[in-house]
Amino acid sequence: MKQFLAFITKEFYHVFRDKKTLLILFGIPLMQITLFGFALTSEVKNADIIVIDNAKDDDSEKLINKLRASTYFTIYEKQIGYNAIEKEFKKGQIKAAIIIPPKFNNDLIKGKKSQIQILTDGTEPNVAKMLVQYITAITMDYQREINATNSPMMMIIPEIRMLYNEEGNGSINFVPGVMALVLMIVCTALTSVAVVREKELGTMEALLVSPFKPIGVLLAKALPYLVLSFVNLNFILLLAVFVMKVPMQGSILLFFFFSMIFIATSLSMGLLISNITDSQQVALLLSMIGMMLPTIVFSGFIFPLENMPKFFQWFSYIVPARWYYTGVKSIMLKGLDIHYIWKEMVALSMMGTFFLTIAISKFKIRLA
Amino acid sequence: MNITEANITNNNGLLSKEEKEPVIICKDLTKKFGDFVAVDHITFEVNKGEIFGFLGANGAGKTTAMRMLSGLIYPTSGQASVAGFDVYHKQEKIKKNIGYMSQRFSLYDNLSPLENITFYGGVYGVPRKEIKERSRLLIEQLGLQNEANKLVASLPLGWKQKLAFSVAIFHEPKIVFLDEPTGGVDPITRRQFWDMIYEAASRGITIFVTTHYMDEAEYCNRITIMVDGKIEALDTPGNLKRIYNENSINDVFYKLARKATREE
Amino acid sequence: MNSLVLNNITKTFDKGSVLAVDNVSFSVKEGELFGLIGPDGAGKTTIFRILSTLMLPDKGNASVLGYDVVKDYKKIRNLVGYMPGRFSLYQDLSVKENLQFFATLFGKSIEKNYDIIKDIYEQIKPFSNRRAGKLSGGMKQKLALSCALIHKPKILFLDEPTTGVDVVSRFEFWEILKKLKSQGITILVSTAYMDEAMKCERIALIQKGKMLGLDTPQKIIESYPMKLYGAKADDIYSLLKDLRNYDQVESCYPFGEWLHVTIKNPNADGLEVLKTFPNSSTHQNLEVKIIEPGIEDNFIRLMNTSDNSRDNN
Repeated sequence: MKQFLAFITKEFYHVFRDKKTLLILFGIPLMQITLFGFALTSEVKNADIIVIDNAKDDDSEKLINKLRASTYFTIYEKQIGYNAIEKEFKKGQIKAAIIIPPKFNNDLIKGKKSQIQILTDGTEPNVAKMLVQYITAITMDYQREINATNSPMMMIIPEIRMLYNEEGNGSINFVPGVMALVLMIVCTALTSVAVVREKELGTMEALLVSPFKPIGVLLAKALPYLVLSFVNLNFILLLAVFVMKVPMQGSILLFFFFSMIFIATSLSMGLLISNITDSQQVALLLSMIGMMLPTIVFSGFIFPLENMPKFFQWFSYIVPARWYYTGVKSIMLKGLDIHYIWKEMVALSMMGTFFLTIAISKFKIRLA
Repeated sequence: MNITEANITNNNGLLSKEEKEPVIICKDLTKKFGDFVAVDHITFEVNKGEIFGFLGANGAGKTTAMRMLSGLIYPTSGQASVAGFDVYHKQEKIKKNIGYMSQRFSLYDNLSPLENITFYGGVYGVPRKEIKERSRLLIEQLGLQNEANKLVASLPLGWKQKLAFSVAIFHEPKIVFLDEPTGGVDPITRRQFWDMIYEAASRGITIFVTTHYMDEAEYCNRITIMVDGKIEALDTPGNLKRIYNENSINDVFYKLARKATREE
Repeated sequence: MNSLVLNNITKTFDKGSVLAVDNVSFSVKEGELFGLIGPDGAGKTTIFRILSTLMLPDKGNASVLGYDVVKDYKKIRNLVGYMPGRFSLYQDLSVKENLQFFATLFGKSIEKNYDIIKDIYEQIKPFSNRRAGKLSGGMKQKLALSCALIHKPKILFLDEPTTGVDVVSRFEFWEILKKLKSQGITILVSTAYMDEAMKCERIALIQKGKMLGLDTPQKIIESYPMKLYGAKADDIYSLLKDLRNYDQVESCYPFGEWLHVTIKNPNADGLEVLKTFPNSSTHQNLEVKIIEPGIEDNFIRLMNTSDNSRDNN
């Protein structure tokens, strides 16, 4: 045990004396999350929008004027049919269309509610989502205005349809994906480099001739990074909640517990990589590039998995980030409890155990 | 020790007094890193075709001095010219006129001998046609015909070092700097290496060499021994042994270098 | 009693294409200071790695302190102090931290075992808070030795401890080894510096994985089969060329300030031959003398007679 502690102490010295490691540890998350986050939530300005005003009454006129006054859109008023709208979308000329039904004013006054339809271009889900939010907000604003003078309440209900990608995919959904990406990369890169560095510097030779057990070497390497990753997780969570404004609907405790399972899996992966490589460069490349691509493609946070060929959908089941992404979304966005994410937990735990077992059994007790 | 006198008493050199043509001239050359004086007012001259041994304990300032002379870093004060070019203003010219080889970095392991020669020849602006002709000749001289297209990584160390030296003088530099060129090489290959050095010197290439093998120091026309950034001794090996009353340069070196007070 | 026995050890790399160690056998007595002398690539490091259980031999067997290097590797790892050829300490840890780490790794404490490293460690103690990466070559070697010794090994493997270290530090290092030997530690040390062979009790000369000779340095020197002459003149390079071209001369190579020369005819007076060779009059200050051969002369001789010398001549 004393040996183990000495080893861990040493590992912490390495980390705190190496600016590169610290940079990877905290620089990458900061960069990735803000970069991804802001790139995906950046405001939409001057989007071209068609408004088809089938009512042409007082209220529709006022609503359109309100929309026009906003800097988010450039409004084109046209009198065209549904098919023509789709053509405009396909040409890529407009980002959204608003259809105001006939008798808009009439419905509002008599029925106390009316509907407008908002069509958006689902191939750009983030833009679409933003536009819907803006349009809805403006419509609500208008609703408040007319309610101030009229009673009882009148309601305008925006009916939203996203063309081509009906479900949509928004910026808030991105952040859990980036979290998975960042944790995966940072954890695998750091551990694999930490082990391989000893090989490269020749200190592994000195470790191997000592009576210290191979499993000890691996665990002693992983443990400090488990701790550091926990610190890192807090950092990422703060970024997500306070900078990226991702809500935390579920239990924080569950979130941490679940994340630590994912971190442990990633660390095991890193140990595995360190076993099969002999240079820090290769280890870094493998864990950065080799992990980044599957994580981005198969976790489902950028490309919807449902649209992929079956084979890739199956493949995505062995990508740890996929499970983490789903789980985190469930906890943070949907506020679900452990009953809904036990599958993810089991899957990740199994993968972690699997990686760790191979890493330990393949650990070379000799040089070549 | 009086350096001018040492130059005149040089009876081991290839050139007599009248033919002497200094290619490296150093006067009070100094390099400071902050408060640390790495090289402390060193003064010497090296003549054309001379084999000049540069000895010193680890951290005595050899590498720093060599870097200043090969145009890699600027001196803090003092004057020096290499191949007729000032070390402050003409670094680029110096680099063109010198060759450099070290134990650590010399050849690209993942290129073949031929590719290495072509690459370095190209870097130093040797015409393509000339590279082609001479590299073939060189490969033959080194007996590397069968290895010419294999990767350098697969060559034995001794061959690598011989090839590295040939590459370093391929562009016919005025001076070649050798930083511990024979470390770890077997005794026969080491001597073959020195044959090549002798041959290059006899063609007029000045050899500036550092080594940890003290018997190799004795092959030099003149040697300096640096201690704590200063030149403690500069003379022919024979004269140094006489002056310090020792049997070998090894003992002379030990006598001088053990006085050193600083470490790296 | 032998601390170390190697029987016909052979090791190849790259699926047998590179022969690193070729049928090597020798043994080291308890308390002996034994030297493996040979250039880089001779196979010294591979021998050390096999003995310290870091590599498996292809053929042959070896034992350290009676334990088999393959089967009993765990026992051996507890008993051996190994200082690899590359500086294998943590550059970003301080002198003290390195020592502490290696002591704990073996389950020992610095305080309890301090007596064994005292002489060595006292020399680097003033720098105990300095990072190992910032030490000079000589100090690094002392620290590495301290770390290899801190668990009080019975046998010490030192792979080229003096490579890249200056003459003064090398001298000091060998003084330290003598002291350790006097404390009863068996030491197997390798070096590429032939002059260091004289400081060992017995030596094995190795080249390209093969043993060229094995004996005490004195006996190896005495085994030199012929007379060795020294020659020098003002222009040593042209003298070298002239002598090599002279048909009476068997071999001629530079050695320090002299050329070392052997003569083909064992009965001829070599001094006379060298004074009167065809171009002798063109050489100023020509001097000749009989030379006592050294380890290096023997090594060169053995290398040339060995089958493997093909590409060296």
